[in-house]
Amino acid sequence: MAASGDVDFRTRLQDWLPRLVLAPSFAVTLLFVYGFILFTIVLSFTGSKMLPRFTWVGFENYEKLFALPAWNTAIVNIAIFASLYIVICTAIGLLLAIFLDQKIRGEGVLRPIYLYPMALSFIVTGTAWKWFLDPGIGLQQVMRNTGWESFTFTWIKDADYALYTIVIAAVWQTSGFVMAMFLAGLRGIDNEILKAAQIDGASNWQLYRRIVIPLLRPAFLSAFVILSHLAIKSYDLVVALTGGGPGRATEMPATFMYSYTFTRNQMGIGASSAVIMLMTIAAIMVPYLYAELKEKKA
Amino acid sequence: MSAATQDTAVSTGSFTRAFLYLVLILFALFYLLPLYVMGVNSVKPLTEITGGNMMALPSVWTLEPWRQAWSTAQIGVEPTGLKPYFLNSILMVVPAVAISTIVGALNGYVLTKWRFRGDTWVFGLMLFSCFIPFQIVLIPMAVVLGKLGLAGSVPGLILVHVVYGIGFTTLYFRNYYASFPTELVRAAMIDGAGFFRIFWRILLPVSGPIAVVSVIWQFTNIWNDFLFGVSFGGTSQPMTVALNNLVQSSTGVKEYNVHFAGAILAALPTLLVYIVAGRYFVRGLMAGSVKG
Repeated sequence: MAASGDVDFRTRLQDWLPRLVLAPSFAVTLLFVYGFILFTIVLSFTGSKMLPRFTWVGFENYEKLFALPAWNTAIVNIAIFASLYIVICTAIGLLLAIFLDQKIRGEGVLRPIYLYPMALSFIVTGTAWKWFLDPGIGLQQVMRNTGWESFTFTWIKDADYALYTIVIAAVWQTSGFVMAMFLAGLRGIDNEILKAAQIDGASNWQLYRRIVIPLLRPAFLSAFVILSHLAIKSYDLVVALTGGGPGRATEMPATFMYSYTFTRNQMGIGASSAVIMLMTIAAIMVPYLYAELKEKKA
Repeated sequence: MSAATQDTAVSTGSFTRAFLYLVLILFALFYLLPLYVMGVNSVKPLTEITGGNMMALPSVWTLEPWRQAWSTAQIGVEPTGLKPYFLNSILMVVPAVAISTIVGALNGYVLTKWRFRGDTWVFGLMLFSCFIPFQIVLIPMAVVLGKLGLAGSVPGLILVHVVYGIGFTTLYFRNYYASFPTELVRAAMIDGAGFFRIFWRILLPVSGPIAVVSVIWQFTNIWNDFLFGVSFGGTSQPMTVALNNLVQSSTGVKEYNVHFAGAILAALPTLLVYIVAGRYFVRGLMAGSVKG
């Protein structure tokens, strides 16, 4: 009895071992990701100020949030920033990938140069661009020193243009990565298709427009998902480059959430802004991940 | 080698080729520009920068800005330089990378070789956690770290980075092990090998490349993190937060040369990793975006 029970226990342990090994990670994910999301959602319906308090206020925080000029600035800014960032990164990435794919001598040197910014933190990127774009010591001063006395470039200090300096720095950081994604896509295309099209008399332009670019659809999709996700999360770069200024000109949802939660003691409003951010990202990521996982199964 | 034969078959004239090279080289200069600016200005006396010669090579070379950035610059209120923060980052990164990679390897092994009902759901839930905006977890994380007594400490940061890192490491190992022949695992099972023995003897020995990808990805992400560092760093702030404090400090003269030296110091570890193992770095980026 005792012996067979022991064997039974051991085989059962073997059966359960894989699940036991996975269990801590799954539990941690449930608690620290989904539990925390739930917690933040609950907080967004409470009157929490400096610390979490569970006094139910309904949708009041959301009403206040969308009435705040700072939040509306943040929404407009993220829309402009994300659109420009995604379009410019994709355009530069595609251009560089197609050009690099033309049997370029020195590809091995050029490719790492395009990609290295991705290894740097946004704080380092922000520091470099902040001083390079500073009118007092950077680009403007350099051009004036070379004799172009009237050269003016004050975007980073100008409330109407500061947002575009964030686009410049962000594009600098990620466009090389988009290039690598497109290049991998291009290298995966069967040469025979292209040769056949050439025999049929297609010009280079037609070849790319009609055949190559449509075949790169998966790379476009991945680039879009990754870039939009990076754009919505952008916090460090704004902090390092402009600090959200001048004034509130470069406020983004990420900087808004941080300042309302931790420095302005409006935790309820901060939580509701985080919920809006999550919903936006989920609307993009969930269908994408679902399709990817389903494809794997089939 | 094989890449060359896969190039598209488009033929181009010599004028077009000159244009291609011109564009490619101009972009290379654009990407190198900030690195040049940081490098060249970190070895100049401050007066040369404020005099408006940012692009010029130094007329007087000096390593003084580097020394200051490392050991005497004012960070916040203390004139400690970046040294202690560099150490904080190291103490945080090494355990966080090791733990998340080991856990990811085991998870990937279970999810591919010991499949069970609902495993795709488990993986899906873990995968989505890689893509959440971390703003959604900041408030409860602050509460929990406070309750655990880990707020403002290196162990607290390690916990945070492990928790939000295992999604990615699991993804890497799962995709990698998925292409490993399951028959070998079955055969070992029939021979009576147990769960850990199979992992140790059969899967681990072939895991080298993906382990490198995972380590590099985690190292880069954790070293470069700012949001968690600034939220939960307290007195144990990592390098990124210290660099930002140095650059944004509003008191006294702005010592641009010290800022640039500090920025290079903060960038050096990840840059070195990229130079030494760039190939794996790219592969990790791709695996994180194109789930195959």
